[in-house]
Amino acid sequence: MEAQSANVVETLASLSLFGDLSYPELEAVAHTFEEEAFAQGQRVLRQDVSGGSFYVILSGEARVVIDGEERAALTRGDFFGEISVLTDTAPAADVVASTVLWCLVVPAHDLKPLLLSRPSIAYRMLQIEARRLRRANTWER
Amino acid sequence: MGAVGERPFPPGDYDVVVVGSGPGGLQVAYSLARAGVDRCAAISRDDRPGGMFRRFPVYQRLISWTKPDAPVPRGSREYEWYDHNSLLGDVESHQALTPLFMDREFDLPARAEMEAALAEFAARGDVQVRYGCEWESTRIVDDGFVLATSDGEYRCRVCVFALGMTEAWRPPIPGLDAAPHYADTGSPKQYEGKRVFIVGKRNSAFEVAQGLLPWAKTLVLASPRPVDTAVLAFSPLRLRYLQPFDEHIRGGSGSHVVDASIERVERHDGGYRIRTRGTTWTGELTFEADEVIAATGFRAPLRDLPALGVATVNDGRLPAQTPYWESVSVPGIFFAGNVTQASSGLRKHGVSPSSGSVHGFRYNARLVAQRIAETVFGKRRERRPLERDDVAGLLAGELARAPELWSQKAHLARVVAFDPAAGIHDEGIVPLAQFVDHDDGDACAVAVEYDAGGAIVPALYVRHQGRLSEHILPPHPLHAFDGDDYREELAARLNGLLV
Repeated sequence: MEAQSANVVETLASLSLFGDLSYPELEAVAHTFEEEAFAQGQRVLRQDVSGGSFYVILSGEARVVIDGEERAALTRGDFFGEISVLTDTAPAADVVASTVLWCLVVPAHDLKPLLLSRPSIAYRMLQIEARRLRRANTWER
Repeated sequence: MGAVGERPFPPGDYDVVVVGSGPGGLQVAYSLARAGVDRCAAISRDDRPGGMFRRFPVYQRLISWTKPDAPVPRGSREYEWYDHNSLLGDVESHQALTPLFMDREFDLPARAEMEAALAEFAARGDVQVRYGCEWESTRIVDDGFVLATSDGEYRCRVCVFALGMTEAWRPPIPGLDAAPHYADTGSPKQYEGKRVFIVGKRNSAFEVAQGLLPWAKTLVLASPRPVDTAVLAFSPLRLRYLQPFDEHIRGGSGSHVVDASIERVERHDGGYRIRTRGTTWTGELTFEADEVIAATGFRAPLRDLPALGVATVNDGRLPAQTPYWESVSVPGIFFAGNVTQASSGLRKHGVSPSSGSVHGFRYNARLVAQRIAETVFGKRRERRPLERDDVAGLLAGELARAPELWSQKAHLARVVAFDPAAGIHDEGIVPLAQFVDHDDGDACAVAVEYDAGGAIVPALYVRHQGRLSEHILPPHPLHAFDGDDYREELAARLNGLLV
């Protein structure tokens, strides 16, 4: 079993969300936000509980669960919690660690300054959200 | 107790082994004994109690308050909120020991006063420790663990590591090894008339900078992360160490706080050259300094625990933990003391628990002892039965005065269970994440929290027929959450449970 995540800066450098940042910028992000680890089965995001954060998976896997039903699987580089933070509402889903899970945690009040100060992250996030939306809207043929 | 001079806890078989004799180790050993875990050995490589307070802070003054006189009696549970530095006793003579040693020059104890209070707690509470016994390595065996020490092997079902953040840690910056660490900082006088460059902008960096202000010619604090003034305003740091930042903000004093990634530190005959690149600004800066101090923090001395499978965070500096301070990856290994800051709980609105300091982690240690006693050794605590008419009043009183809820905001909660067959029972203090994430039947919990705007608010969580609901109550200018309005709202929200 993987017992430890790699250096956070190196990991961020390999994720598409942060693909346009310089090394000093990556260092600033890694030093500003905390890394958190969760046990297998532990909840990371909680449906209907306010005050959540934005999470980026550095290592490990998680599942998205709504009213007890699994809806999606998440892995390294995926992020979650942004809809709740951007709309200022409690999350509509649980996110539960499927393995030991390491995440970078960006508290809600820090997400807007992060996206405005590093617009390339906002652009990458928008691209990924657009892909998610297109997948969700694809007509069954 | 053994004969005079005899060291307690020789190597052998125990239920629990506690490693460490700082405040976390002392509190967990004390609480385990009172939770009914009799065969508990405490070992420490130190020669006396106190942990980091035998030596730190370097400039000898704590940043957390103890108010010798308060509106509530010294030694009461409510007094704990006025005294952030004493450990928790189960009887009055073990409570509130820090103010006994304070000379009242400040409401922040001096290091030596804190150390004396911890030693007094160990003496009065009969917390025996085998001093001079160094944990060296760890093995997992069928029914628990074997800890190899300088005195021999200890076998146990559960171990609690209260290790402190005691090892100097440096980020991998080329050349930084040539500079002394904060832990090796000398007297301020040796920096007289010098240009000092401090790597870091957290507690230890500001503490050293503050101490050097009257001596150094120039001071630069640099690290990649900008100082977050909004966070700083709520930090205990502001109590003593903000002068260097203040001088930087007003400009022209020779003190600078710089957001920069440190590229390398070069040693030369006349001193140091530090090459940096901006993180919140574009460009490069090179600094010349007579002295460099690496105020880059500490790590827990985890020894072989990561190799055993204990997951870590923060570049391997801290063990990752569940809401009950157990390793997320190796069950049976628990933690106490300031390393419990790696268990973040719900982190609502970005607020972390106060587990990095005594006033927060003393409660974690008491709860981890209760948890081990109940879940591993079947020593179930008595739950006090409650009448339904008393519940709202109890919860309102807790919201107004419970030191656990006020010290560990949005992290520790008071829980009441409603069982149709067994009746209503006071479950005591529980980590909020544990309550929120585990459905143990109808129950409610209250916690003190910050809202998104930073106001302190009472929060009620109700679990009814498998569904959890969250109710954030309005703030009060004096935080008087036990008034009639609050009681009535609590009672109304609990209606479904009380019927």
